[in-house]
Amino acid sequence: MTRLPPRATERLDRSQTVAFTFEGRTVQGYAGDTIGSALYAAGQRIFSRSFKYHRPRGLLCCSGHCPNCMMTVDDVPNVRVCAEPLREGAAVRAQNVIGSLERDLLSVVDRVAGPFMPPGFYYKTFIRPRRFWPLYEKLLRGAAGLGRVDPHAERTGRFDTEDRRVDTLVVGGGRDGLKASIAAASGGESVALVDENPEVGGSLLLSETGVSQARKLCEQARRAGVDVLASARAIGLYEGKLVPVDCGELLIRFRAERVIVVAGTAEQPLVFPGNDLVGVVLPQAARRLVNHWAVRPAESAVVITADDTGLEAVEDLQAAGTKIVAVVDLRQREPRAIAARGRRGAVTAVEIDGQRLACDLVVASGSPQPNYALLAHAGAKVEHDPARGVFIPTELPAGVESVGAAAGLIGAPAVPAASYEPARRRPGKSFVCLCEDQTTKDLKLAINEGFDSIELSKRYTTVTMGPCQGRLCHLNSIRTYAAETASSEASIGTTTARPPWAPVSLQLLAGRAHEPARRTALHHRHREHGAEMIWTGEWRRPYSYGDPAGEAAVVHDAVGLIDVSTLGKILVAGPEAAAFLERIYPNRFGNMEEGRIRYGVLTSDAGRIMDDGTLARLSPNEYYVTTTSTGAEGVIEWFEWWNATWQHDVEIINVTSALAAVNIAGPSSRELLGRLTDLDVTAEGFRYLDAKRAYVAGIPSLLLRIGFVGELGYEVHFPSPYAVDFWNTVLERGADLGVDVFGLEAQRILRLEKAHIIIGQDTDSESNLLEASMPWILKLDKDDFVGRWSTEHVDRRGLMTRLVGFEMDAAQLPLEGGQIVENGRIVGRVTSVRRSEAVGRTIGLAWVPAESAQEGAEIDIQVDGRPAPATVTLKPFYDAEGERLRA
Amino acid sequence: MTFLLLCPNCGPRAVEEFITTGEVTVRPTAAPSRRELSRYIYFRTNAAGSQREWWYHRHGCELWFLAERDTRTNEVLGTELPPATRPEAG
Repeated sequence: MTRLPPRATERLDRSQTVAFTFEGRTVQGYAGDTIGSALYAAGQRIFSRSFKYHRPRGLLCCSGHCPNCMMTVDDVPNVRVCAEPLREGAAVRAQNVIGSLERDLLSVVDRVAGPFMPPGFYYKTFIRPRRFWPLYEKLLRGAAGLGRVDPHAERTGRFDTEDRRVDTLVVGGGRDGLKASIAAASGGESVALVDENPEVGGSLLLSETGVSQARKLCEQARRAGVDVLASARAIGLYEGKLVPVDCGELLIRFRAERVIVVAGTAEQPLVFPGNDLVGVVLPQAARRLVNHWAVRPAESAVVITADDTGLEAVEDLQAAGTKIVAVVDLRQREPRAIAARGRRGAVTAVEIDGQRLACDLVVASGSPQPNYALLAHAGAKVEHDPARGVFIPTELPAGVESVGAAAGLIGAPAVPAASYEPARRRPGKSFVCLCEDQTTKDLKLAINEGFDSIELSKRYTTVTMGPCQGRLCHLNSIRTYAAETASSEASIGTTTARPPWAPVSLQLLAGRAHEPARRTALHHRHREHGAEMIWTGEWRRPYSYGDPAGEAAVVHDAVGLIDVSTLGKILVAGPEAAAFLERIYPNRFGNMEEGRIRYGVLTSDAGRIMDDGTLARLSPNEYYVTTTSTGAEGVIEWFEWWNATWQHDVEIINVTSALAAVNIAGPSSRELLGRLTDLDVTAEGFRYLDAKRAYVAGIPSLLLRIGFVGELGYEVHFPSPYAVDFWNTVLERGADLGVDVFGLEAQRILRLEKAHIIIGQDTDSESNLLEASMPWILKLDKDDFVGRWSTEHVDRRGLMTRLVGFEMDAAQLPLEGGQIVENGRIVGRVTSVRRSEAVGRTIGLAWVPAESAQEGAEIDIQVDGRPAPATVTLKPFYDAEGERLRA
Repeated sequence: MTFLLLCPNCGPRAVEEFITTGEVTVRPTAAPSRRELSRYIYFRTNAAGSQREWWYHRHGCELWFLAERDTRTNEVLGTELPPATRPEAG
């Protein structure tokens, strides 16, 4: 690791060495190095192999813009090592090579296939024979491309998102950005400043006087109250002036009244043969290597520049002891032809108008392009400035400003030619786009093939679509187009700038690793019972406690207990509660007696079934409404939405989480409930579909005698905090009756035996009341209600399909979603199916053609690819007359 | 969609906190013909410009309100509570 003597501008802490591995070898750098600077100091010159041709590539921008230094660091692919801070023990590997960076077997592509790989090559070549495409694709993907993503990779840290509001957000922490932030903060605004570099100061940090000026400005900004954030990269400017800022493991979503973009410029490469050779660099790269990392970039250099940045590089190179062979200032003299020559991919000389200059570094830079991308995201227009040969942002939207070089204050650089290719001999490829390996020849071919619009050509050649996202190729590709089509850059225009401005890791966008789950108050009791928990919407529920069929049998024979706290529970109360429900449900609720329960189904105005549940009239002006487990929020939104128009005098209160609910079901449930309450639980005292309030196990409860699972049963609703106590007491007091818990799967078997439907399982977004075989819900003797007209329309047009029960031999078990077939045609589908021990058959629900919806009709259901006979039934499979339920 | 929306209760909030059910539709007052019914249920103006819409502050105060939004620019021209007109009986 050879370094220059200590410099005032360097970022190194020479007292601290940092060791890491590169391709398995141990390499040392200093604290303050980037991986790239440490490798360069250690003598590494080739950093990557190019996308398509596998040409050797070295550091070009040293600013984290270009694709040339992308490596895999600790299994994270495509890390730009020139900007990646060095850390102890990092494992750094080259990517997209077979062999090594120095001897990549795939570089044969450059020599052999080069002339035969124009844009669209893969699609033109590998179309025959067609069936081989999957094989071709596999080979091509392996040969061309970037790093590999490990599909089993874990998150590499803790990621989070933060929202912040400020009056003014300044993007870019160079001199102009710091000054703008100080001005805004001095005016009393809350101001944040973000800069993607590890230290604010921008190009000031490249000179000794600049460093002290930068630190002074930064100090002044902090004193003025500016929140100065370094290593914080703004990745886009979205509507509402939302600016997500990538801070590594934290994504800050800034909202600002005013966004000031001070993002500086991006140096542009010149286009000439051999312009991608290792050792052809932009001025920033040379300046950073010398000033930040105290490395001598080369022994001898030729500098070609359109403005002062190249001259500044000359000074730095001289200070570092690099011999300057020649300086070509395009403002004074413009050569006709430039060509870089090299050996093994590294530059050894440059020919300028035929004059050969031996050197191992070529600093080449065209005019600096303002970084307008964020402004364009916000809707700014971009205009070509022919005098300076760059695109300048104009027509900034309200609240978005730009100052400094990003706004176009870049002095008067020379306008470089579209390319400096020698007229006759072709000494090599002239790259316009390094990311995608596109040369001037490729672009010319695309134009000749008719891709004459820049947006079309971009998609065809993929120029500007690589990792640099056009930072180093957008301007040059437009120049090439203008030159080739003999038109102006202004008429060619720019391609659309879209976020993100820089690559963002998906784990940062994903944010915190958590999956929201809703648990009932009994969750931990279920786990103690050995429940297998499953997701039902956001809820976690016990699928079973180990034996679903056995659990169902307990409900049939003794008494079972299930946690139904997940049911949506809504209190609808107020003088117009009845009127409101009459209007929103197809059923009648106004004529219900106090203390009675009715099943209700909600339909949309299109007549589609939305949700179902029970409604208990607690008092003349108060109804207790239950919904499906996943439907509560949707039903409340639905109620509130209609009432926003109707404005009935009614309160709609969500008590889903406030109340727990437990269903006690089975022939012994009456006996068990009687032990827990003073309430008259006799068949006459507490009838089927009665709702009563009472203390159960000492807990104030609402009892609903309903029967989703088909046996005598009571749904008990009570405040959630009592749930564990309630559960334990019921199990204890019913032990001699054989009480046991049952899960969701047992409940699904039991309800299917009664042919009770589950909304969303047996119905879908097209199902209506009549075809779902629930015409009795519909009460046409009342006034208008939601869904009336469409349901009446279905009635008039006639039913086409019907939801019916079917049963078949217990040896057969069709799939849910399986087809009903008729003469080889699919005419319906199965929605629910189970083997029922109580019935002794396979039973299910299915949509069948309306003409098959008759008791005893024979249908065929596909089982294992073969039709199997089944019989339609319109009655429940179990306790068809409901005697057990009403007992 | 990352613009700010002015909730009549809560003030300007990020649009991600809300849901919208789209443009305001006019429900027939009497039994509609088949054509009127399908127009009401399935057809939308889909204006390229100013549009009156329903919005709901789902991750906030749970209020339904109306917004006037330019669908081309997402500029919100105003928001308001639904008009307090009493419905006809029934």
